[in-house]
Amino acid sequence: MSEIPDNHLILPISKPTKGAGGKTGSWRVFRPVILEDKCIKCMMCWMYCPEAAIEAHSRNEVPKINYDYCKGCLVCKEVCPVSAIKSEREGE
Amino acid sequence: METYDVITGNDAVAWGARLSRVEVIAAYPITPQTTIVEKLAEWVDKGEIDARYIAVESEHSAMSAAMGASAAGARAFTATSSQGFLYMFEMISWAAGARTPVVMAVVNRALGPPWNIWSEHTDALMARDTGWIQFWASNNQEALDSIIQAYRVAEDKKVILPAMVMLGGFVLSHTAMPVRIHDQDKVDQYLPPYSPPHYVLNPKLSEPFAYGNILFPWDYAKVRLSIQRAMENSVDVIKKAAREFQEIFGIWHGDLIKEAYTDNAEMLIFALGAVAEQAEATAELLRKKGYKVGVVKVRVTRPFPKHEIAKLANKVSRIIVIDRDISFGWDGILAGEIKATLHEHNVDTPVTTKIMGIGGDDILPDHIEKAVKEVYNK
Repeated sequence: MSEIPDNHLILPISKPTKGAGGKTGSWRVFRPVILEDKCIKCMMCWMYCPEAAIEAHSRNEVPKINYDYCKGCLVCKEVCPVSAIKSEREGE
Repeated sequence: METYDVITGNDAVAWGARLSRVEVIAAYPITPQTTIVEKLAEWVDKGEIDARYIAVESEHSAMSAAMGASAAGARAFTATSSQGFLYMFEMISWAAGARTPVVMAVVNRALGPPWNIWSEHTDALMARDTGWIQFWASNNQEALDSIIQAYRVAEDKKVILPAMVMLGGFVLSHTAMPVRIHDQDKVDQYLPPYSPPHYVLNPKLSEPFAYGNILFPWDYAKVRLSIQRAMENSVDVIKKAAREFQEIFGIWHGDLIKEAYTDNAEMLIFALGAVAEQAEATAELLRKKGYKVGVVKVRVTRPFPKHEIAKLANKVSRIIVIDRDISFGWDGILAGEIKATLHEHNVDTPVTTKIMGIGGDDILPDHIEKAVKEVYNK
């Protein structure tokens, strides 16, 4: 253990950075999978993802889920207007 | 311009906040505090003070809003009592950890059940372990002045902790006394605008960041230790704030303590707030009757004035602590703190606890005189 800093103002400040909480994808029980042929590229999943784990770079591409950080909450599946996202239990 | 008026303790507190140029007031009404924030709301409504008044749905939200305002760089104020204080408790602890120097008036009121709206100190004393600086006003002038001093101490770069100022429900809050309302320029000279030395949560001024995310034990302990260091620093800051207040305004309320009749005293009475004021008046009578009794107003309970109390206690043969509060299963709360202090400093003066005035029962000079006589010749 290092020496205790003798300071009256030690501040627990965190700045947004990718993966500050570790690879939270390991928490996932259900894996959302985007069905590319059904996707209409409306970006609803990208907008609703609470972890910003869905990446989309243009309106012409199908968004990609970053499984390193996706916790498997399936909000994306719920909001998809054309049921283009299915879920699979991890490990099956 | 300096004026004099006959006002209640609550109006004095409102004036203290006004003269401190508070910028955000967030509060929820509760007896006997309500008239403080009503007065401030009236001033905001009439445009007499340049502040934002946030009417919230609970005390928990009142402290959250005050803390948010302070984190964004504003001077924030709130006030509460008793049940409201307890409802706010989670955020009271958070405000200290967030290092937001909010000032709050706590109008002491007994806790239910049974329902009771009168004065008792147990509410605020429950928060002595939260990291707030705690001032106790013993009269209405001190209530006004302690709000100003509290901002000065809380916002000091060596401290940066919230501070609460206590006044007894009804005994002070609704009792009118002559009060000097200071000249605004003098207060501005004493209390400069708040300038946060640590962080400002304002997206217009900085990159986005979060405060207080989860930390593992070792780093958590470092952050919490820094609160203890700030408390230790505050001792000298409080003394300096009291001295400079005296230089500018010519009023001395004491710093961490205030002594009365302590010269060649054989017995000391320790008490908080208006109870201590009553004890001081009683000591004056008892001195005339030949009892060498002195009074120590404990003006600040956090940081606790350990050295000052031990030094005075060492010179006398008997101590009485009057507690308008109780820690069930232990002792009067102030008495417990004083006994621990004396043990730490190897002072063996016997301490007698007198629990009085629970639920607002009047503490009269006769009661204090009786307590003194019981112990004096033992």
